[in-house]
Amino acid sequence: MTALSPATPQLAVTGAEAEAAPVQRAPSAADSRRPRGERVHISHVLFALPALAFFAIFALLPLLGVVVLSFTSWNGIGAIQFTGLTSWAETLTRSTTWQGLGLVLIMIVATWLLQTPLSILLGTFLAGQQRYRNVLAVLYFLPLLLSSAAIAITFKSLLDPNFGLATGLDMPLLKQNWLGDPVLVWGVLLFIIAWQFIPFHTLIYQGAVSQIPQSMYEAAQIDGAGRVRQFFSITLPQLKYTLITSSTLMVVGALTYFDIIFVLTQGGPGVATRILPLDMYLTGFRGNEMGVASALAVMLVVIGLGLALGVQRLGGKDASASQMEGA
Amino acid sequence: MRRNWIGGTFGWLWLVVVLLPLYFVLITSLKSISTYFGSNPVLPSLPLAVENVTAVLEADFTQYLLNSVLVAVGTVVPLVLMAFMASYSIVRGTRRVFGPVRSLFLLGLAIPVQATIVPIYLMIIRMHMYDSLVALMIPAIAFGLPLSILIISNSLRDVPRELFEAMDIDGSTEWQKMWRLAFPIVRPALVTVAVYQALMSWNGFLFPLILTQSPDKRTLPLALWSFQGEYATNVPVVMAAVVLSSIPIVILYAFGRRYLVSGMTAGSGK
Repeated sequence: MTALSPATPQLAVTGAEAEAAPVQRAPSAADSRRPRGERVHISHVLFALPALAFFAIFALLPLLGVVVLSFTSWNGIGAIQFTGLTSWAETLTRSTTWQGLGLVLIMIVATWLLQTPLSILLGTFLAGQQRYRNVLAVLYFLPLLLSSAAIAITFKSLLDPNFGLATGLDMPLLKQNWLGDPVLVWGVLLFIIAWQFIPFHTLIYQGAVSQIPQSMYEAAQIDGAGRVRQFFSITLPQLKYTLITSSTLMVVGALTYFDIIFVLTQGGPGVATRILPLDMYLTGFRGNEMGVASALAVMLVVIGLGLALGVQRLGGKDASASQMEGA
Repeated sequence: MRRNWIGGTFGWLWLVVVLLPLYFVLITSLKSISTYFGSNPVLPSLPLAVENVTAVLEADFTQYLLNSVLVAVGTVVPLVLMAFMASYSIVRGTRRVFGPVRSLFLLGLAIPVQATIVPIYLMIIRMHMYDSLVALMIPAIAFGLPLSILIISNSLRDVPRELFEAMDIDGSTEWQKMWRLAFPIVRPALVTVAVYQALMSWNGFLFPLILTQSPDKRTLPLALWSFQGEYATNVPVVMAAVVLSSIPIVILYAFGRRYLVSGMTAGSGK
């Protein structure tokens, strides 16, 4: 399992930036005349061409397209009209935009606070040597196999007040209008999303913890450090880069949750769970306002990039240094 | 070494949390509608209601299954081939040209796919491919390329330079080196990419939702969603559909766990 255990994990994106730097430096004349026997093979260009063309047309072009479309008005069927800042003006003045944005921020913070400590704990636990923990790791992984639609449908019936868990376990406390109450529904969402994604982050942390040299723990034991002390003085500091990676994925992921909320609540009750990506879909494909939906999409991209860079920056300069070394 | 009580407690507790919903789906899918309303929800009950499976199969489930398989294969095969060929060039080609190419692809990892649904929808309509299975493959391939190229080129980089030089001496072309030398060596990475992307395709919901319309073009997750609308009152049948739609993936997991795990974590670590 080579890819599983990053000693110095890196987000590939920032790795790319590190890589790009030397390329951008203007080569001296001698360099470009004789690039150390490196010729441009026409066959290499041909091999890369299908992927490059496909990627440019169906990934990069849509990314540009969404910016262009945010300056238009389009109902999804008729002609697309350039209307300047009209869609943007509408986007920024409607209350659902700000509501959706606020909910996305709540989602990001709550998801992180809930999932990070649990994932570290479970990852550290799974990294132990005992054989049975491998079996646990296999079972933990199961939620990652299911589609969000399947998960949402499952929990919907599990939470049914009359024929679900509340009746089965005879616990009246669980007998709530889970999806009809604007506060409870958030508890449900956060729980289901944690159920779905904690296994993934646990996996990352497990890989990282098992990379920590055993000798560090042995030294700590000689110094008389207990289990808890070892965790806070060795394990946690050693997980710093993994924490950055996992947090970036978590935060950017939380920005784009769609399937589960769409199937579970459709944004309801009312607009209680209409987070930004869902608002974008509903506005564009149900409300037929593709211009506004595009403006919302641009916001998503910008916030996503900003958050990713922000988390990396929080991690400090060491992160990029270790990436260089690992590249 | 002393035992890790906190970790252990949470570890076993989490196992219960993970398994309880799965257990609930399984037992409910085997209850008849009358036992569902009458029995304890968390206990299995006899007789097993095999008619739920029949009901699911009769509700065009096989069509959706076939659609999901077609879309997965139609996505994964071109994706792996294109990603492999591009990775070969990125690793073997001049850095001057292919360094920026690599950076461009890696930049793609930062694109939130959800944000591109409006332009993708527009392009698919203009290409007259709306409401077709091909429409589902196109964005999946495009957005699958960055991670696939990352995984494959990391693996290709480990192939010793001497092997390529030996083939140079034999007068092999780049094409021959790519298929006869590189391809067999990086096969595990290719399987990783294939298995992971198959899972992504299988569970994809957003693109089927926006790019198809007819019931006979639905893939499984979308079918599940409309199914729960139609069969809102017959929960056991819906649960049976959930189980049936997950079986192929569980089989994939049973045989390719290693590949699936490394595919999942490849984007996060190196």
